Amino acid sequence: MTSSDSIRMEKLSYTIGGRRILEDFDFSLERGVNRTILGISGAGKTTILKLLLGLLQPDAGRVCIGDVCITGVPESDFMELRKRIAIVFQGGALFDSMTVGENVGYRLFEEGRLSQVEIEQIIREKLSFVGVEPALDLYPAELSGGMKKRVAIARALAADPDYIFFDEPTTGLDPIGVYNICNLMQRLQAEGKTTLMVTHDLETAFRTSQRFTFLHQARMIFEGTQEEMRESRLPEVQQFLRPTVESLFV
Amino acid sequence: MSISVIDKKMLHFFNDLQEYFFLAGRSLLRMFRRPFYYREFAIQFDKLGFSSLFICILTGLFTGMVMALQALIQLKPFAATSYVGGMVAATMIKELGPVLASLMVAGRVGSAITAELGTMVVTEQVDAMRVEGTDIIQRLVVPRMKAMLLAMPLLTVVTDLISLVGGYIMSAGYGINPTMYIKGLPQFMVFQDLIEGLVKPVFFGMIITLTGCYIGLNTRGGAEGVGNAAKQAVVLSSVLILMSDFFITKVFVVFR
Ligand SMILES: Nc1ncnc2c1ncn2[C@@H]1O[C@H](COP(=O)(O)OP(=O)(O)O)[C@@H](O)[C@H]1O
Ligand SMILES: [Mg+2]
Repeated sequence: MTSSDSIRMEKLSYTIGGRRILEDFDFSLERGVNRTILGISGAGKTTILKLLLGLLQPDAGRVCIGDVCITGVPESDFMELRKRIAIVFQGGALFDSMTVGENVGYRLFEEGRLSQVEIEQIIREKLSFVGVEPALDLYPAELSGGMKKRVAIARALAADPDYIFFDEPTTGLDPIGVYNICNLMQRLQAEGKTTLMVTHDLETAFRTSQRFTFLHQARMIFEGTQEEMRESRLPEVQQFLRPTVESLFV
Repeated sequence: MSISVIDKKMLHFFNDLQEYFFLAGRSLLRMFRRPFYYREFAIQFDKLGFSSLFICILTGLFTGMVMALQALIQLKPFAATSYVGGMVAATMIKELGPVLASLMVAGRVGSAITAELGTMVVTEQVDAMRVEGTDIIQRLVVPRMKAMLLAMPLLTVVTDLISLVGGYIMSAGYGINPTMYIKGLPQFMVFQDLIEGLVKPVFFGMIITLTGCYIGLNTRGGAEGVGNAAKQAVVLSSVLILMSDFFITKVFVVFR
């Protein structure tokens, strides 16, 4: 695997509000290897995704997309490169003031390279892929949580990215919603997209990822496959896999 | 408080100040750069400008009336009530019109800008926009800035005009006829005062937008954070308006 086919964090440290979220964190997402980052709530999972996208600047270390390092570079200089990555935020982060269709076509309308008709075609295509085509003219406030996430996925697909990040895509959904999201992720993977998910939902993680990274107290304490994780002797990992009554009192 | 805490607070303050001026500089530069987001501008002008029209009319009417009332009481013993129009015009157009209109707008519009942008921040819509390749200053700050730079002077003119009407309503009760009142309006003013009365709202509009946007874009901590941010924005922009009013006036006095 060459370096141009990956997104990496090298020796990254990040502090906010006097709290160390990441320390000397090394991480790599290779093209074609779907990965999940596991960690408890507040561990810094969302922060990792934002750092990888260059939305946050680290205190030390660097982030590289392919051969290009984006740390310390003005945002406008890596916009083009960042188009290879899309993200589905936890609550969907749909734009309140726009309809579902305008949300999905947002980037295409902004870029203005395609005609209105062509953009509408793409919007319909992406919406039918995620199965919410009837919602085209609704506003985000009129959608359920699961639909919001699916529209957010449709929006992420509009620029035809290579990598898609998912921030807790199944948290707060009913079983059918969870099934739908898993199913969508698998279909995207079959189309050649590489997914990176952060979650504490083990079941979804095992169904959609080949490799796992475990974040605990600002460090990566485990990296490997599902089997390696089950065999791991690390108490934090074991507790995560099989929460016990005692672990409530730790 | 130990030295290190004070030190930290100072550092924080100067950091904020610097960021505020960066935002000001960036948004001013981007005002002349593509894309222009005409639709967003129109929406904001409607939202920020027209929504404040009514409170500005009320403010102008009652301030004009009370100014005239106070002046008439003072002038009556000297049989100088014919000066009332001039006094109302001079105070309203140079000072009270711009300041009061801006304070009202700061309360109504400043908080709305902060709440809107703050909500977009805490729901990650701003992050989503950045990922989609949008320059958020260009998209979110500049249209609001342009809308306010146009709306604030217009609202001030409306406030001024209405206050003169209010002044006349009171004067009529003291037997001053319309021609006398209107003739008396410019007696304490020079042309430069009109310019002063229009330059001020432009600055105040800029302060309201920048403060609202700066605090909104730096919102933390969910829905509660949005509420706090809106409150902060109103207080800060009001104080900044009153402070800068003094300095702008000072500059005009020097070049008089
Ligand atoms: N602006 C901020 N100020 C202070 N602390 C923050 C801020 N943003 C995030 N944090 C803290 O950083 C930690 C990591 O946040 P996050 O990455 O959202 O966690 P996760 O996604 O794993 O739940 C949390 O404990 C949160 O309290
Ligand atoms: Mg999170």
